[in-house]
Amino acid sequence: MNAYAVAAAVTDPEMPMLTLEDLGVLRDVRAEGSEVVVTITPTYSGCPAMATMRDDLVHRLSEAGYAARVRVSLTPAWSSDWITERGRAALRAHGLSAPGPAPRHDGPVALNLLPTRRDATCPRCGSAQVELTSEFGPTACTALYRCTGCLEPFEHVKEH
Amino acid sequence: MTATVTDHDNAYADLLGSDDAHWAFGHLPEIQQGEDPLAGVDTTVPAGLDPAGLAAYCLFLGDDALVMSHRLSEWCSNAPDLEDDIALANIALDLLGQARLLLSRAAAADPSVVPALPEGSPVPAEDALAFFREARDFRNVRLVEVPHGDFGHLVARLLLFATARLAAFERLTAHADPVLSAIAAKGVKELAYHRDYAARWFVTLAQGTDESRRRLLAGLTEVWPLQAELVATYDVAAETGVVLDEVLAAAGVDRPAVGPMSGHGHTEALSRMLAEMQVVARAHPLGTW
Repeated sequence: MNAYAVAAAVTDPEMPMLTLEDLGVLRDVRAEGSEVVVTITPTYSGCPAMATMRDDLVHRLSEAGYAARVRVSLTPAWSSDWITERGRAALRAHGLSAPGPAPRHDGPVALNLLPTRRDATCPRCGSAQVELTSEFGPTACTALYRCTGCLEPFEHVKEH
Repeated sequence: MTATVTDHDNAYADLLGSDDAHWAFGHLPEIQQGEDPLAGVDTTVPAGLDPAGLAAYCLFLGDDALVMSHRLSEWCSNAPDLEDDIALANIALDLLGQARLLLSRAAAADPSVVPALPEGSPVPAEDALAFFREARDFRNVRLVEVPHGDFGHLVARLLLFATARLAAFERLTAHADPVLSAIAAKGVKELAYHRDYAARWFVTLAQGTDESRRRLLAGLTEVWPLQAELVATYDVAAETGVVLDEVLAAAGVDRPAVGPMSGHGHTEALSRMLAEMQVVARAHPLGTW
């Protein structure tokens, strides 16, 4: 298996239904001399999964016979728009709601005093009758929702 | 590597799966690279920028994030409900991530800012800066270091902090240092959530019960004297004023009639906080974590 395929198959430690490629954090895999250099970008500045991603990449590539090094890229900043269609389908299949388009702004970031409105639907029953419980979920990149149809709580991957 | 576990007496055996790499105990020491959050980032200071000045500026931005993050983490398990507990831990984590990047950036720009440690110490520069500096060497503003009060105090402090920091980071996305501008671009997205969170709670508490309004106003009055130093240090008085006025108007709250706190430097609270935050690292300067 080539080095890109090995790196692309490594999964996110907190959302293991997503590969690093599907999450959009895998930016580049290239040979530099006898080494494979993998470039990843953090989702959030404090994402505690970065160290695990780095170790998992080196570990898997070394199992496949590659000496690997991991490089961090901060720019352009990760956006939830980079989550692939396959990744979005995997999120839904595992009971998480996929993000809508990330907000864009040309001037100052607008203050938002009302709960963020999203076209989220319940990943279990498909109902659009959902309510936000909290903008901050168990991982940095998710918000907490509850479906008022089937009453199940679920996580929504935030627009970022 | 495939380990076949067929231990029918151990109900937990199957939970481990076949790959130990996901578990702390399965990590191989030889693949532990440093966890430098700027690993592989080109940290050359662009021509025309003063490395010492850039490092000092990144230290101030990093120290604010570090100290505020620590104060927010003190709320863990103490918030009014689980959702807010999680929210505050998330905000603290975002700020800790910003602090790590900024302290690492400061160290790379001017290594002389990093305190000397015993020879052979494996402590990375960001940790040396966080855990081995005295209070007098911290560059944070006083707003972030004062001890936390009740939830009303927290909401008022977080609103002032996130509003000023977001305005500053929006401007810093155009900074001449590409590393700092990249850190700022990431931070803007995070701080927008922090500001909205604080602003919504501000309005909710102000328009809630007599008691919630009373507590919010008491908290606001307590932190307001520290706002002048904050906006002057970040140089965002105008941008901050516009946003705060919008929140205050929605909440039906007037700007507190209290003047700025005089003096500069730090309050005694920072030393106490650092004593707790730094004690373990300082006891083991050769420790590997």
